[in-house]
Amino acid sequence: MNTMQSLTDRKKVVSKKEMTFMEKLYLPAIIGGMWITFKHLFRKNNTVKYPEETREFAPVYRGQHVLKRDEEGRENCTACGLCAVACPAEAITMVAAERVKGEENLYREEKYAEKYEINMLRCIFCGLCEEACPKEAIFLTDRIVPSNFERDEFVYGKDRLVEQLNDRIDITKRQHTGKRSKI
Amino acid sequence: METSELIEKLVLIVVLFAVTLGIAAYATYFERKVAAWFQDRIGPDRAGPFGILQPLADGGKLFFKEDFVPEAAEKWLFILGPGIAMFTALMTGSVIPWSTNLTLFGQDIALQVADVNIGILFIMGFLSIGVYGIMIGGWASNNKYSLFSAVRASSQMISYELAMGICVIVVVMMTGSLGLREIVDAQHGMNWNVFYQPVAFVVFFICALAETNRAPFDLPECESELIGGYHTEYGSMKMGFYLFAEYVSLFISSAVISTLFFGGYNFPGMDNFEGNTLAILGVVAMFTKTFIFVFIFMWIRWTLPRFRFDQLMHLGWKSLIPISLINLLITGLVIAFNEGWFK
Ligand code: SF4
Ligand code: SF4
Repeated sequence: MNTMQSLTDRKKVVSKKEMTFMEKLYLPAIIGGMWITFKHLFRKNNTVKYPEETREFAPVYRGQHVLKRDEEGRENCTACGLCAVACPAEAITMVAAERVKGEENLYREEKYAEKYEINMLRCIFCGLCEEACPKEAIFLTDRIVPSNFERDEFVYGKDRLVEQLNDRIDITKRQHTGKRSKI
Repeated sequence: METSELIEKLVLIVVLFAVTLGIAAYATYFERKVAAWFQDRIGPDRAGPFGILQPLADGGKLFFKEDFVPEAAEKWLFILGPGIAMFTALMTGSVIPWSTNLTLFGQDIALQVADVNIGILFIMGFLSIGVYGIMIGGWASNNKYSLFSAVRASSQMISYELAMGICVIVVVMMTGSLGLREIVDAQHGMNWNVFYQPVAFVVFFICALAETNRAPFDLPECESELIGGYHTEYGSMKMGFYLFAEYVSLFISSAVISTLFFGGYNFPGMDNFEGNTLAILGVVAMFTKTFIFVFIFMWIRWTLPRFRFDQLMHLGWKSLIPISLINLLITGLVIAFNEGWFK
């Protein structure tokens, strides 16, 4: 006896019974199918006319990354590399540097990322970097990475990843916010 | 031939040519719209209001594409293929009577380019030649997918032409004439053939789907197996011709179905009108019927999945041909009985 358990509840016994004469005619089934499509003629369409209308993103939409600054405007990232380790697409590269005196207003921790690059062509927007980050430094946002003609243009450096002081990116709705305060 | 008659026919030919091409162009637009409606979408709506300039945009695009001939292709046949497809598709329209006679400038003008007394044979003949366009194009491309598609198209056409021909014979037997004008006139008013020959109509309709290579019989161009089918190697307006020819045949097939089974330009209550009013109403009736069939063709395309090739052959040879033969036999017996052969 086959004791293997089915993994879903969609198990169906396949029946190979002979078709009746009516079924062999096909015509009733065809007319039934055409009736179904005919009803669709009068349905409301689901089209979103894209450039004029845009669809609202889910709060947890995973688009272009942002490297956050804290309340005082210091970069959160400490170049621990956990995001790069977590990244399944190996899209993140970074070079760490030590904070020197006088830079306390720029970087939150003693070590910071001097160079931080995400290759948007490699990235699969899985959000694992966001999940891995212990410092609440990296988040995915609802911004779309624009298309481009050149491959190099898709390697985003700190200039495009770190948020501007006067143009903060709101991430309060994201799943992994508030992690640091819990610790 | 008198000059006036020559001019009359020339004008008619040009008008018919333009109308057929225009309808074929808008059939492509309509096809996309119908597909969209069936799938709860909007369809093309960017080029002009409601997207009505879409066919122009498509045609213009095809014109400006690079027109190339693959290196290994048979050059002249490669160019000839789309031409034949388009030519045969357009030719069939010439024998279809579009309405009763129109009186203009004191002349009686028949709204039919050529009243050939073997009109229906003419159509069947050109339909058969139509497959040469596909065959030649598919073979000359020197591409295995195109060749496969061409072979499929020809075997499909041969199989379905038989059943189609038998259904036509039934109609011809009832009318006693091969001329399309006589066939239409015999269906005066509401006396349409479809009420006497529903089986022949259904079989003819299925065969017409197969002959025009429309879904669910679009095996010659099924993308999932054959890339693009016989026009895989084609580009630019050559491909445009193939696609266009398909829509021309769609329109002509619908017209032929309306002519043979739905009374052509006849409509109930037509005896209350006469002269030019009748002719114009006849054109309206004819085109209404034709467009309804064009819509049904599209409706079927966007409902039914494609047949498998063995199922297609099975259906053609083992179902449609026997059914139409039995239908032919019964019709013959009934006609013979009515003529008093068994008295
Ligand atoms: S979203 Fe995923 S793939 Fe993209 S950088 Fe983060 S971890 Fe890597
Ligand atoms: S973004 Fe977060 S996980 Fe990545 S290096 Fe910086 S602090 Fe570490």
